[in-house]
Amino acid sequence: MSDTYLQLDKLTLAYGDTVAVKDLDLSIRKGELVALLGPSGCGKTTTMRSIAGLLNPASGRITLDGADITSVSANKRNIGLVFQSYALFPHLTVYENVAFGLRLKGVSGQDLDAKVTAGIKSVGLASFAARKPGELSGGQQQRVALARSMVMEPKVLLLDEPLSNLDARLRLEMRAELQRVQKETGVTMIFVTHDQIEALALADRIVVMLNGGIEQIGTPEEIYNKPVSAFVADFVGFENVFALENGKLATSNSLVELSAPAPQAAKGLAWRPRMVILGSGPFQGTVRGTSFAGNVREYLLDTPLGPIKAEVDAAEPSHAIGSTLAFDLPLGAAAPLSRYR
Amino acid sequence: MTPRILSPLVLGLLLIFLIGPFFIIIAASLSAGDTLAFPPQGLSLRWVLKVFTIDSFRDSFAMSMLLAVGGTLAALVLGIPAAYALSRYKLPGAETIRTIVSLPIIVPGIIVGLALLRYLVVPFGFNITLALFFAHTALVLPYAVRVVSASLNNLRSDIEEAAVLLGSSRAGAFFRVVMPNIRGGILAAFILGFVTSFNQVPVSLFLSGPGVRTLPIDMLGYMETTYDPSIAALSALLAFLSIGIVFLAERFLGFSRYV
Repeated sequence: MSDTYLQLDKLTLAYGDTVAVKDLDLSIRKGELVALLGPSGCGKTTTMRSIAGLLNPASGRITLDGADITSVSANKRNIGLVFQSYALFPHLTVYENVAFGLRLKGVSGQDLDAKVTAGIKSVGLASFAARKPGELSGGQQQRVALARSMVMEPKVLLLDEPLSNLDARLRLEMRAELQRVQKETGVTMIFVTHDQIEALALADRIVVMLNGGIEQIGTPEEIYNKPVSAFVADFVGFENVFALENGKLATSNSLVELSAPAPQAAKGLAWRPRMVILGSGPFQGTVRGTSFAGNVREYLLDTPLGPIKAEVDAAEPSHAIGSTLAFDLPLGAAAPLSRYR
Repeated sequence: MTPRILSPLVLGLLLIFLIGPFFIIIAASLSAGDTLAFPPQGLSLRWVLKVFTIDSFRDSFAMSMLLAVGGTLAALVLGIPAAYALSRYKLPGAETIRTIVSLPIIVPGIIVGLALLRYLVVPFGFNITLALFFAHTALVLPYAVRVVSASLNNLRSDIEEAAVLLGSSRAGAFFRVVMPNIRGGILAAFILGFVTSFNQVPVSLFLSGPGVRTLPIDMLGYMETTYDPSIAALSALLAFLSIGIVFLAERFLGFSRYV
């Protein structure tokens, strides 16, 4: 990519002998909002810490804005980080928390006051400037942490699980807040999350990580509609995932013929529950469980293929537990996976 | 007897046992008589005033203060980094280090004093004031490490990383965001250490020499020759000094949070 801003080259990160991230390559453009998405232990936080400079890579290179920063110490990188726990300085007021980095930079007097006041105001906490962090709610603390990082005009802003400690209403607010900050300042943002919904809602691009490597990189639409591996498929809601062997579906005890030939290159196929057609089709299943979820009704079927999850419009007639149903896994709807494992 | 009656009774006896002697000392110090006695013979302040005229008390008080302040400060200079390392890093043998640091509390003072005298002062002619200073530093160190550790463990370590990412050096982060947040713990450790050192008898007993005596040792020596109420007066004054310090600490620091 010609307009790469932040580049990770064959980055390997380890804690002692335990390798957390192996040979990671990643390019991020200026002004992009990127999500590092994955389950805990996938190496996403470790990757973020190494970008910040809090963890030295075992090998590999980090380039930012054309300069190799691999061995630049964390306090000279000008990369901001909003910690999951916010990490505000408990002995300082909101004002002094936000002023902390600017003072170290040598900003003083009216200049300092103007920047700090504007920073606090931009996150809507103007009337809280004299409070200590302990007197603020979690959401307010997070906004202070955001302002504290943003007044430094960082080259990259990192956010560790920025929404996971907030309740549903605050989450929406914070999402909007982050989008506003990005739009107004054009800062390059990378946030770490284990929640695919957050990643899909907020990011320009999603990096799905698993076991210390990248599983898939793509726009939210690509990740959501075209998962490349069984893991990503399952992660974004394709709950019926099958490996393909010789063009047949591999179940735990047999190979099942499909109604039409599967795509040549595919190693697996995945269906969302709502793609499963109930009531007609070549397969038979027994309803093991059913639950009502507002617009839809969810079914869990015991089938020769293994358990199948299906979802149909709640207006459709319901099927009782124990009843036997015909169903179909339409090939046209399936997401072809280029990697099964 | 039911526990309802029994427990206040036990508590009352305990309090009399602990605090009773204090009142006896105060009463004895206010005596107008010539010998240490309880109940006091008449009331006067003459023995309280006499305490201030005894030169040796003045010298040994100065020595005790010097040891208590100097030894405690030295223990903090050693103890704060030790506590920091123990709480922030996964050190090999951290438990062993903790145990070794705590040893001066566990090992009887008599043994510490005798050992220092026999193996440091006698064979090497080690300066006795210096030996006293080392001994008091070592005695106070466990308190310094433990109390400061407690405050450090209550402090999130990611605020240091936050400070570093805002441009501070590692050392700068320690002084800018760690120290201000454990200040209460450090002061608590100082007061505990000061009181421990000031009241120390067994170790100091062995490490006394011509002109080098701590106040408690001097008081023991004084009592061997002179049995007058001034010793009670001095004890009472020291007790009030301790109470004053702890009261101020509680008032301004919430001392009991740390101990």
